[in-house]
Amino acid sequence: MPKNAMQSTPDKQSGKATVLLLAFLVAAIGTALVAWVLITMFTHKQEARVPYVQVVELNEISVDPEPWGLNWPHHFDGWKATAGDKFYGGSSAMPQSKLEKQPWLKRLYAGYAFSIDYRQARGHAYMLYDQGVTERVTKKPQAGACLHCHGSTTVLYRKVGLEALGEDSSDEALAADFNMEAVQKGFEEVSTKTYEEVLAMLKQAPDGTPDENEPVFPPAPVGGFEGEFAGQPVPEDHPMVGEAHPVTCIDCHNPKTMAIRVTRPGFVNGIRALAEGEAPAPHLPSIAKWRNGDRNEPYDPNAHASRQEMRSFVCAQCHVEYYCANKKTLTFPWKNGLRMEDEERTWEETTFPDGSDFVDYIHGETGAVTYKVQHPEFELWSQGIHARSGVSCADCHMPYQRVGAAKLSSHNVQSPLKTINSSCQNCHHQSETELVDRIETIQSRNQALLERAGEAMTEMIDAILEAKAAGADDEALKDVFVLQRKAMWRLDYISSENSRGFHADQEAARILGESIDYSRQAQVAALRLRAPEAPSTADLPIEEVQGVTTPQEE
Amino acid sequence: MPVLVAATFGVLGGLGVFTFGYGEGYAYLGNDPQSCANCHVMQESYDSWVKSSHHAVAVCNDCHTPHDSYAAKYLTKADNGFFHSLAFTTGNFKDPIQIKQRNSKVVQASCLHCHQDLVNHMLPLHEGDDMLSCVHCHASVGHSQSIAPRRYEGY
Repeated sequence: MPKNAMQSTPDKQSGKATVLLLAFLVAAIGTALVAWVLITMFTHKQEARVPYVQVVELNEISVDPEPWGLNWPHHFDGWKATAGDKFYGGSSAMPQSKLEKQPWLKRLYAGYAFSIDYRQARGHAYMLYDQGVTERVTKKPQAGACLHCHGSTTVLYRKVGLEALGEDSSDEALAADFNMEAVQKGFEEVSTKTYEEVLAMLKQAPDGTPDENEPVFPPAPVGGFEGEFAGQPVPEDHPMVGEAHPVTCIDCHNPKTMAIRVTRPGFVNGIRALAEGEAPAPHLPSIAKWRNGDRNEPYDPNAHASRQEMRSFVCAQCHVEYYCANKKTLTFPWKNGLRMEDEERTWEETTFPDGSDFVDYIHGETGAVTYKVQHPEFELWSQGIHARSGVSCADCHMPYQRVGAAKLSSHNVQSPLKTINSSCQNCHHQSETELVDRIETIQSRNQALLERAGEAMTEMIDAILEAKAAGADDEALKDVFVLQRKAMWRLDYISSENSRGFHADQEAARILGESIDYSRQAQVAALRLRAPEAPSTADLPIEEVQGVTTPQEE
Repeated sequence: MPVLVAATFGVLGGLGVFTFGYGEGYAYLGNDPQSCANCHVMQESYDSWVKSSHHAVAVCNDCHTPHDSYAAKYLTKADNGFFHSLAFTTGNFKDPIQIKQRNSKVVQASCLHCHQDLVNHMLPLHEGDDMLSCVHCHASVGHSQSIAPRRYEGY
């Protein structure tokens, strides 16, 4: 017995020790978890109390977004996230060529740089890089107007403008205030210069961080992948040295108040023309209000537009149809309204400063005068149910997100398909799968109609070429060319618009329907020109009206 | 050793009580809607409830906890309280928030708790049949922000 007792004591003791050790571990882990909950709670309470801490002073010269990022790290991170590979339709690698996927695009853009290189769009981060490397820019001379949207040009325009107006254009003067008149002047001075020239000016323009020349996103190789310095080290004194930024904070925000604003002269002129015109714009109440007012001051979006309208206007500074080459300054064709045919009419009425008729390009195969549609997202949205319901671009593409207790607009601007919950379900209380189904239904129908329109367009061009080969001259084809231009304008309108019909599905279908109709009209007209005269149909028998159809007798 | 373990549990207990107090956890035992808005996610729901048609007659608990018994009520509170804290602490939740099937049943039962006499003729004939949930059409009676399942199954 004593032997047994002696044996059991260490067992009992080690059992007791194990229980104590386990209890200790449970208490330690429990304490750690409670401490974690406590710290999270504290953090959330702090976030609720202080939305941001301003550590850097910003001014009207702060083009470089990095100092802004010190004050607003979450917004800055979102902006940087547009470089991610999750962007809908794009990725961190150069995206697929659209020309290979939809070969009819080559026929549509024959004779125009878009037939050389045309790819799927990527996130905002890539806008300057992708423009620098696209063969449209590296192989063909392009206008500096292209940088109106792809670069952060506000300060450059203002500097050039102040110089042209003979006013103080020092860094201090530039930093002090935003002078729209100088921006306009600089814009006019710069638009007709070449792309390379303006890019070099942009890199040398002050950006608020003179000692730092490393942009957040790596720049495109100088001159693209070809040209004078392709693959070579660039000489120190070469004007291309410096820092250029894609669209950054200052392009949409007032650095003093953080209020959103528009800075692009192209938009300011365009929306003013719209306000001064007659076209209805029921989704933009501030325009109706201005029209009913005394009109002493011209319509100014920064002064007259509501906050909700501004949440679309900042996007509409670039996501629109425009003329962007060097025969005249960048122009948004809105004086007759925002509908497809309003814009078409505006171009038909437009002449270049030298008096010649407006043209984007002469079609390379048929020789018809054609207009190139850019990407009328704002205009198509204007025709849709979301615009009519007061939903802005930012509501879907920059949905509110919660970071801790703080609520902010996502600056990772992307397809709402990536954020159905925060983008759509605020208003649409259906399940995510149901919403995705609806979107895909709209977009696949649009795609199917688009392909049909592309096919009709291709057959139209073939028919016109056959008519030319049969001897029809430009005079004989005059009316056919007008039909061709109308067909192409409509097809391009929906094909280039970046919502696959979603921004206004019924309108998109209407436009594609018209495109198909014009293509077929042109095809038939061209066919008539080369085919022999049709025999008369007057003698063909016509069945009399029978009433109820009688069964055929055996 | 036992002293150390006792001390450790003392720390856990103390920190636990402090955290409960700091997070105003005690408020969740009562009926005050303000305490639901302790969690920032509920702020919009709270704000719109203040303006809603039910403001005068129902608080959060009237629609979101069962009326059968106190046990069921506090079980639901415990269940939601735990998962809400977990979701908000980890940041892993839908925003705008979406109601779960289980809580949707509670809401449906609450609608009927008050309105059954009015809607008797619309209820399914057999137990277990499905029906549209009341809030599918009356989405904003309680508060405007609600993403609820369309159908209520198993009445």
